[in-house]
Amino acid sequence: MNALTTSAAGLRRAARNHIRTPRLETPFHERLAALSEVNDWYSWAGYKAPHSLFDGELEYFAIRSTAALFDISPMVKYRITGPDAERYLNRLTLRDVRKLAVGRVQYTAWCDDHGHVLDDGTLFRLGEADFRLCCQERHLPWLLDSAFGFSVDIREETEEIAGLALQGPTSYAVLRDAGFAGVEALKPFAVVSFQHEGGEVTISRTGFTGDLGYELFVPRAKALSLWDRLWSAGELHAIRAIGYGALNQARIEAGFIVANTDFVTAEGALRADRERMPDEIGLDWLVDPDKPNFNGRKAILDARRNQTLKYILVGLEIEGNIPAEHAIVYHRKKHEAGIVTAGIWSPTTKRNIAIASLERPYGSKFTEDLWVEIYAMRELQYQKLMKRAKIVPRPFVKLARRTATPPGLK
Amino acid sequence: MTSFDAIVIGAGHNGLAAATRLAKGGRKVLVLEAANAPGGATRGREFAPGFRSAGLAHLVNRLDADVARDIGLDLAGGALLPTTVLDGSGKAVTLHGAYGESIDGVSADEAAAFAALRKKLVFQAGILKRFLRRPPPQIGAISLGDLSTLAGAGLGLLRKGRGEGRDFLRMLLMNVADVADEYLADDRLKGLLAFDATLGIHLGPRSPTSLLGLYYRLTGEAAGKTGGQVVPAGGMASIAPAFVRAAEKAGVTIRCSAPVGRILADRGRASGVVMRDGTEITAPVVVSAIHPQTTFLHLVDPAESGTGFVRSVKNVRSHGNVAKLDLALDRVPDFAGPEARNGRIVLVCSMEQVETAFNPAKYGEFSPDPVMEITLPSLADPSLAPSGGCTLSALVQYAPYRLKAGWEAGKPAFLKIVLDTLERHAPGISRSIVAADLMTPVDIEAEYNLPGGHWHHGELQADQLLVNRPTGAASGYATPIEGLYLASAGAHPGGGISGLPGWNAARHILSGGKP
Amino acid sequence: MQKYDALIVGGGHNGLVTACYLQRAGLNVLVVEKNGWVGGAATSRELTPGFLYSNCSYVCSLFRPEIMRDLELPRHGLQVISYEGGAVFTRDGDYLASYRDHDSHRREFARYSKRDAEAYERYARDVTRQCRFIQPLLMRTAPDPFGFRPRDISELLYLAKKFGEFSPHEMAETLRFWTMSISDFLDEYFETDVIKAYLALSGIIGTALGPMSPGTAYVLLHHYMGEVDGSVGAWGYARGGMGAVTQALSRSFLASGGTIRTDAEVAKVLTRGGRATGVVLANGDELRAGLVVSNADVKRTFLKLVDEEALPGDFVHRVKHFKTRGSSGKVNIALDSLPEFPALGENSTCMRGDMHFTDSVERMERAYDDWKAGRWSADPFLDMMIPTLLDPTMTSPGKHFMSCFVQYCPPKVEGRDWTDADRDAFAETVIGQISDYSPGFRDRIVHMEVRTPREIEAEVGLTEGNIFQGELTFDQLLFNRPVPGYAQYRSPIHGLYMCGSSTHPGGGVMGAPGRNAAAEILRDLKRSSGEMSKAHDVV
Repeated sequence: MNALTTSAAGLRRAARNHIRTPRLETPFHERLAALSEVNDWYSWAGYKAPHSLFDGELEYFAIRSTAALFDISPMVKYRITGPDAERYLNRLTLRDVRKLAVGRVQYTAWCDDHGHVLDDGTLFRLGEADFRLCCQERHLPWLLDSAFGFSVDIREETEEIAGLALQGPTSYAVLRDAGFAGVEALKPFAVVSFQHEGGEVTISRTGFTGDLGYELFVPRAKALSLWDRLWSAGELHAIRAIGYGALNQARIEAGFIVANTDFVTAEGALRADRERMPDEIGLDWLVDPDKPNFNGRKAILDARRNQTLKYILVGLEIEGNIPAEHAIVYHRKKHEAGIVTAGIWSPTTKRNIAIASLERPYGSKFTEDLWVEIYAMRELQYQKLMKRAKIVPRPFVKLARRTATPPGLK
Repeated sequence: MTSFDAIVIGAGHNGLAAATRLAKGGRKVLVLEAANAPGGATRGREFAPGFRSAGLAHLVNRLDADVARDIGLDLAGGALLPTTVLDGSGKAVTLHGAYGESIDGVSADEAAAFAALRKKLVFQAGILKRFLRRPPPQIGAISLGDLSTLAGAGLGLLRKGRGEGRDFLRMLLMNVADVADEYLADDRLKGLLAFDATLGIHLGPRSPTSLLGLYYRLTGEAAGKTGGQVVPAGGMASIAPAFVRAAEKAGVTIRCSAPVGRILADRGRASGVVMRDGTEITAPVVVSAIHPQTTFLHLVDPAESGTGFVRSVKNVRSHGNVAKLDLALDRVPDFAGPEARNGRIVLVCSMEQVETAFNPAKYGEFSPDPVMEITLPSLADPSLAPSGGCTLSALVQYAPYRLKAGWEAGKPAFLKIVLDTLERHAPGISRSIVAADLMTPVDIEAEYNLPGGHWHHGELQADQLLVNRPTGAASGYATPIEGLYLASAGAHPGGGISGLPGWNAARHILSGGKP
Repeated sequence: MQKYDALIVGGGHNGLVTACYLQRAGLNVLVVEKNGWVGGAATSRELTPGFLYSNCSYVCSLFRPEIMRDLELPRHGLQVISYEGGAVFTRDGDYLASYRDHDSHRREFARYSKRDAEAYERYARDVTRQCRFIQPLLMRTAPDPFGFRPRDISELLYLAKKFGEFSPHEMAETLRFWTMSISDFLDEYFETDVIKAYLALSGIIGTALGPMSPGTAYVLLHHYMGEVDGSVGAWGYARGGMGAVTQALSRSFLASGGTIRTDAEVAKVLTRGGRATGVVLANGDELRAGLVVSNADVKRTFLKLVDEEALPGDFVHRVKHFKTRGSSGKVNIALDSLPEFPALGENSTCMRGDMHFTDSVERMERAYDDWKAGRWSADPFLDMMIPTLLDPTMTSPGKHFMSCFVQYCPPKVEGRDWTDADRDAFAETVIGQISDYSPGFRDRIVHMEVRTPREIEAEVGLTEGNIFQGELTFDQLLFNRPVPGYAQYRSPIHGLYMCGSSTHPGGGVMGAPGRNAAAEILRDLKRSSGEMSKAHDVV
């Protein structure tokens, strides 16, 4: 055995201890644990992540009123580099990657051969031939198999790269005071690098809240110092660390969908009829039929031409104030039309909003006379409510400060 | 520059069959062949000064009658060749007529048992045969034609009563060994069935589904006889020229030494080819009559295929197991058996021998005691050898493509084993050898541009047949790329000199895609 | 002489299941069993003082929960305990563990290959999809494609409908899956030998095929169709050993008024005018019954218990050629202390499940080559477990029972019968393999029971020691099992039924054959099967 295989086997052996820590801790865990008053953790892709840290409701208001810090390290991250990286990603994803300039970010999605969505995510162009793809699910075999015939290198960097989302009206102020000079020039979906403690941090004007906000990626070793830098700069701007509960409210208001919540990913679906095409989950606008061939192209265009699309994703505004999560949607109170995949009382709009997956022609042809049957469990009794629902455009919350450049300070 | 309606890549017999049919259907067709002569695996070559081999195949046993008529190759008059089975004891079994219509060298009981088994297998193969001459049923879009084939098959089964129908469904995916054991007692006969079922397939006789190999053989016919085998008048070397002549007569343009570098495709539509020298030739239809893996992994830009499709093409199992031996001899070798010189000789002792020979192939090793079939081509076609000389052609199994030790080291060792085996069966043959040319699957790959050196362009096993040949999304000759069609042995129904993949593909194209 | 409505030949789990359902439907049922105990191949026996052995079948997962509920087996003492982990030891001193926790499972695979760790998700998805297709078929009588009766036609349509739930792409994939070898199937997902070996083992257990034989992907499915309380594919131990299954069944049977007669070997099934009328025991006693149901395998039933003249010739011919090649052996070991496996470290959860030493598909296949040549494998595949770690009731504290299922082990040794010396040499092969990974293992052995197909046939009555009462190849599945035209639990003799694993859906401690047989019998008797639940929905 040569030295290389010996050390590979040695590394493999050392890794056996993973079983002692079945839930991983993110690079920010130390800080989160110190801030956690309620000890309300869940598993996000195998990482300990907070549902809430002190009070879900107040955490939500941090997003909309001040600045909220949310640990996105468990997000799966791939680094894609090499001379064919652009061509490779153009075949992989729905949007035209040739139009993605260096220093820009694309929200995108990718499909299997049958046009069923495998996942959605954000694609960062860090260099001419250097991309970062962030998403909810793991896709290494798919990404590697897609690389056949392309000169491209694909590396998962989820563990090495820590991520933070800093969102809310004072988020820019926090960054400014933390010394990230020039960040005010960032337009939405732009990304730029800064030096931090001898390492590099990328800051993009992106987020999952529909608010003014940024996402920061930094090597694991510099994670805590970045946190501290933001935290101390943020104190005067009422920065708060938040958990997923608050973020989820904000993302529903912003009308964003979450894989395996609002749709089932094609590689995860046990039931063939649960797979969805982009047009069936509101992602039709990502599909670019004019760009070179991409995975799922023929199936998607055939489905459009033959009108065989079966589902549609809509935003609903529902009477009353009882959240309608997982409620059945009816047409004329009797024909089952679909299901609410996510629904909340929106504190910002003061409306009862929901994202729903409907079976066409409901939602496409029949858009009126929709009803939602809400089973509200109240002290061990379901109160069945049949509430009128209206299809409304997403996002439910549209904030001018999200796109204003330069951004405001409050 | 002339423009063409269709470009056929590869001038093997399937490419030429497709081109001929397309041309007869009124299309202007260009065939592009990388080698300096057409014929593909039926292309002859001089393997030693003065000694020629007619290519990979040394017998015809499944050339489709319509294809034969189309190319004007008349096999109807050809005499069916006998098969001689030799186990080294000197006592030969001879099968006469079409796959042993009569049989010598076994007891009367055994001959009767063989007749019963033969009858059953021929009947069952006849049911399967209905599916060979048309595209496989397209799942999800079963057509009237498919239904009528299915119904025909069902009625065909019932013609002989429920018992036969039930037996068919029971036996379809069985191994050849259990079937042979049930009917037969003679090890040589059982060995023959085991050999014929597994020749060219990575299975042993005891592997489930190995009976399919025998069914496949019995779906073929020669001179109108199911299971028959012939060498056409003029020898095997006359086959490639016949296909070429037919194509040219139909108006097909054939260009040799014309390797295709790339298939042009954009957003799922093929539009022609780029030659390796950079010349572009456009045509609305491109027919790839070469290996599906070469087609989709090398000629088509992977960006034009889906990831899942590329994955499935890569998963096609296509590693050859058969070595081809051509011997130049200074005299006719002396094999036992009255008919040995006149037809096919199979050297096999028993099913166990075949099974044991298969074992090492699973691990990338060649058989230390291989089994083989032999013909003496120059006896039918004296032009293949100088006068007084003789050629011997053998297909030797198992010789796995991926030899763990590498074929550079393995080939001399394997050749010695093969020659020793021949010496045991034909004493003195060693001293008469002028030249020996052993082509391992690696050599076959290089000589004939056959990835994996697999003459079926992909394992002929249950999971790679019909709707899964070569892979689900490309199983009906059409492929996920519009205008690009498959027409090689890698397409339905599979390999052997049948001409059917090319023929069916062309008919599919001419029908506008309606099966 | 008392006449019973139904007489069940053999008190194995399927015989008892049939007996229970018939008794509950109001029939007066007698079970006759040749051994002094019931249980067939699902027994717990105290073969050495203080140690209970699950000496044949050793794990529980396939047993249908519908049957457990119908027959109130939990009330009669059946409890199943899930594995906590498992491991394949590698020759370089490492191991591949299996953990119940999803992320831990992935990280363990990722030690060998990150790609494989993630490919496992797609693999599990694809196999689960196949399971979902096949599961509803387990508790239905297979249709006869050439039966042309309304029920056959409607069942064929049901099959077509189930198949139609796949997308066209999946239909093609399904056809592949059913005909592929587990080795080829795994090659499409994985690159790491030990991972493939770990997943391939379900494709060969109990089967006279190697992992490279086509059809073994289906065998894998057969082992995945089980569940422990809704957790599909999970495996567990029956508390108190596998005898707990049949003990619960017999208690349930007795509680509903049934009769069991042990030490009562059936010599012949009596027939008159093409009708079964009862049985003659080995001791000469004649027992009369309205109908006879055989839990014995199809060969034992029709080649030994029924006069050949009473049967159609082609039926006998098919039965003779029904494949029952035994492929496995069993070494049951009583240990005075817990063995150490230094590779695992102390107190590893991996020991609380199935352990294996075969770390490549090639080794597994080579083990099969030995079997084909009529030898037991020199480097066998072991499915080894220590149930007492999870169920200390089987022995006294600190002591352990170890069950080693061994493959491959032929029904005859190079064509001749097994001798005691062969058996001992076979055991030595097994103990030698374990000792390579567990120093001092031999010194812990208190007692050992070694079972080759010879012993399995002699005690349990399974022809050639085939644990599935017949191989699970296509020619012996669904409407082909055991004989085309006789795949609906009925035999050519009126009133003689089959209920063992030789019938659809086949072997494993599943109970489905017994239940389905009871359903057909009650249908013939025009009796309600009211207490029989329908198969659970697969939603």
